[in-house]
Amino acid sequence: MSGTAGLPPSVVAMLGVRQYEETAEFPVERGYIWNTCAAVQNDNPLYWDDAVAAEITGGPIAPPTTLSLWMRPHYWSPGHEGERLALRLHFDMKAVFDLPEAIIGDNTLVFHEPVRPGDVISHAQVLRSVSDVKTLHLGTGRWWNIDVEYWNQRGETVGVESYAGFGYRKPGQ
Amino acid sequence: MTTPRLLWSDVSAGDELPPLSVNMTATLVVLGAMASRDWRPMHHDHAFAVHRQGLKDIFLNTPNQAAWFERYLTDWTGPHGRLGRMTFRMRASVFPGDTMVIHGTVREVETDASACGWAALDLTMRVGDDVKTACAARLALPTTPDDNPWTRRGERWSP
Repeated sequence: MSGTAGLPPSVVAMLGVRQYEETAEFPVERGYIWNTCAAVQNDNPLYWDDAVAAEITGGPIAPPTTLSLWMRPHYWSPGHEGERLALRLHFDMKAVFDLPEAIIGDNTLVFHEPVRPGDVISHAQVLRSVSDVKTLHLGTGRWWNIDVEYWNQRGETVGVESYAGFGYRKPGQ
Repeated sequence: MTTPRLLWSDVSAGDELPPLSVNMTATLVVLGAMASRDWRPMHHDHAFAVHRQGLKDIFLNTPNQAAWFERYLTDWTGPHGRLGRMTFRMRASVFPGDTMVIHGTVREVETDASACGWAALDLTMRVGDDVKTACAARLALPTTPDDNPWTRRGERWSP
């Protein structure tokens, strides 16, 4: 990643600034916990046996890696038009640099307080850095690093997720 | 109730975890995407993946890959194992029809200032000889039969 030389002022102004602070549209619920476990055939009794969960984690919890799902918007809901985007800074960067394609490269998740059914999760996104123009086998574009901080209704940090995204234009595109 | 638990003292650098082999299907790809509320079409729409993105099929999404790694780790530790951190890098995609195999090796073990026992592991998600995703994980394990990493909070939890 580079410094800020060559970046548009609008992007420089975004670096290190908390944006898109939002609260989840629904409380943490067990249906998604069970669907997540079913999708990967996870038989960890913490998620299926309330007695085990009571003994070990003081009651049911969500699998730690479900961190981001609680903040993902409904695909559609009344009053919203079109597809709703989850990691909005990622899409902001695509738009600012006019890069039609993007991938997520590295992804780091750090887990703090367990997430429990009934919790209402909030998050905020922070743009940490944007690279110079790079050319990969996918095409030409830029890398960006985005942190997403998550907390529960008591203000306790439940996790931090860091993404490295690469927005690009394919050769000839 | 007695549940299996892997103790920190039972783990050493260089230990290899049993591999996990999964025959990937379109159903598992779509179920994983929907379970993680990832509505993007490349994870459920074959025509979009092939004709818009030039890929051979839909593919596993990022949160679902994390869930596969988590399941793999807690298959090994039992429910007392507590994930602290995961970093993963996707190099290529996993598609329906692939036989996905997850491997893991313990890189190091340590205890921190609060006497929490940690294992650092290197994991790979492979199809054939190709590493599709590499993952580094840091996982807390009980140091004694009476220890429970899930009870740690605040300064006693440093993931």
